[in-house]
Amino acid sequence: MQELRTLIGKEITLEWRQRYALNGMLLYIVSTVFVCYLSFKLKANQLTPITWNTLFWIIILFTAVNAISKSFTQERAGRLLYYYTIASPQGIILSKIIYNSGLMLVLSLTGFGFYAFVMGNPVGDLWMYLVTIFLSSIGFASSLTMVAGIASKAENNGALMAILSFPVIIPMLLMVMKLAKNALDGLDRGSSSEEVMILLALDAIVVSLSLILFPYLWRS
Amino acid sequence: MKNNWWKIVAVLLLTYTLYFGLMGTVPRRAILNESIRNVYFHVPMWFAMIAMLTTSLVYAIKYLRTNDLQYDLKSVEFTNVAILLGILGCATGSLWASVTWGDPWPSDPKLNSVAISMLMYFAYLILRGSFDDEQRRARISAVYNILAYAVFIPLIFILPRLTDSLHPGNGGNPAFSELDMDNQMRRIFYPAVIGWGLLGTWMATVRVRVRMLEEQAD
Repeated sequence: MQELRTLIGKEITLEWRQRYALNGMLLYIVSTVFVCYLSFKLKANQLTPITWNTLFWIIILFTAVNAISKSFTQERAGRLLYYYTIASPQGIILSKIIYNSGLMLVLSLTGFGFYAFVMGNPVGDLWMYLVTIFLSSIGFASSLTMVAGIASKAENNGALMAILSFPVIIPMLLMVMKLAKNALDGLDRGSSSEEVMILLALDAIVVSLSLILFPYLWRS
Repeated sequence: MKNNWWKIVAVLLLTYTLYFGLMGTVPRRAILNESIRNVYFHVPMWFAMIAMLTTSLVYAIKYLRTNDLQYDLKSVEFTNVAILLGILGCATGSLWASVTWGDPWPSDPKLNSVAISMLMYFAYLILRGSFDDEQRRARISAVYNILAYAVFIPLIFILPRLTDSLHPGNGGNPAFSELDMDNQMRRIFYPAVIGWGLLGTWMATVRVRVRMLEEQAD
């Protein structure tokens, strides 16, 4: 527990020291939203709710892949080796998952705020939509962190990260979009409980697999 | 010969399937008509593909436990055969769909799930290609193989059942066994499942032997 807290603290300190990376990601999501806004020729209010929702989640998907792919590459190999001698593999992967969840939450909330600001906000049940964003941040972070670990071991990991992560994340993305659609239409919250359960179950599968498999990955 | 009896069984079962699958009597159903014979080819191919991927997963786990490169070879060759069976399954399915559903690739969750899983296993092959060191390639691709299988199972078995699907057994549709298959068909369907599974295993073992000989030659 103590180890986990120290490792998460380390991730946050590291991010704070390299603020340009964080600012870069924030700028990335804001400019993507703005490009979408301009591409619709300022007629964003004519967008149907389904298009609005789909566009938002595609933006979040690309942001997530970009933001999380750097979680194993921003530190030099020598320093990673040093962490591996003093910490357990489970501690490292869990701290990275928790930290990336927080990062994704910040990025997607910022993205949502700006997106709703320029593209209009047709959401019926705002709290449920925010809960969806929260769940999606955890889900994307947990499945992408492990994939980022795999991709970082290969040479050209930029392209590899995309092709490895897109299929793995699609089941989660579909569930999230369905949940978001329910929140968008302002449906009764009870009707979304099934999706929430499946999303949590998928998260549980991916996190437990990461904990089991990461010890094999980190030594290579 | 003692260890090869199952290959003869595979040939016999598939000959039986081919002959009686094409010539035997089948129940007359609206829409399906004669295309119901595809049950002997399309469905067993998917069963065989799932069996091959499961075998590949078992070898991936075995590799991680022992670091023996022989298991890595088996794991990748079973995946290759599974991909081949998957492509054949897609082709037969698309032929069937164009006859019965009027569209070679209807928007159906099961089809899309399968397309995603194929992408996932293609990515597995590309991941393998990006390493030079054998041990490293084996370990990392085994890790990805296990991760991919854990996504594959919910994708194929759980998500299509939650939404409306054209496939039998999904989205409230009854499965074949309840409605469409009579005992006459079962007599051909079950041997077909075993036959395609054995053929897939045979192909994989031949490929593994070729790969091992190649390595010895180097």
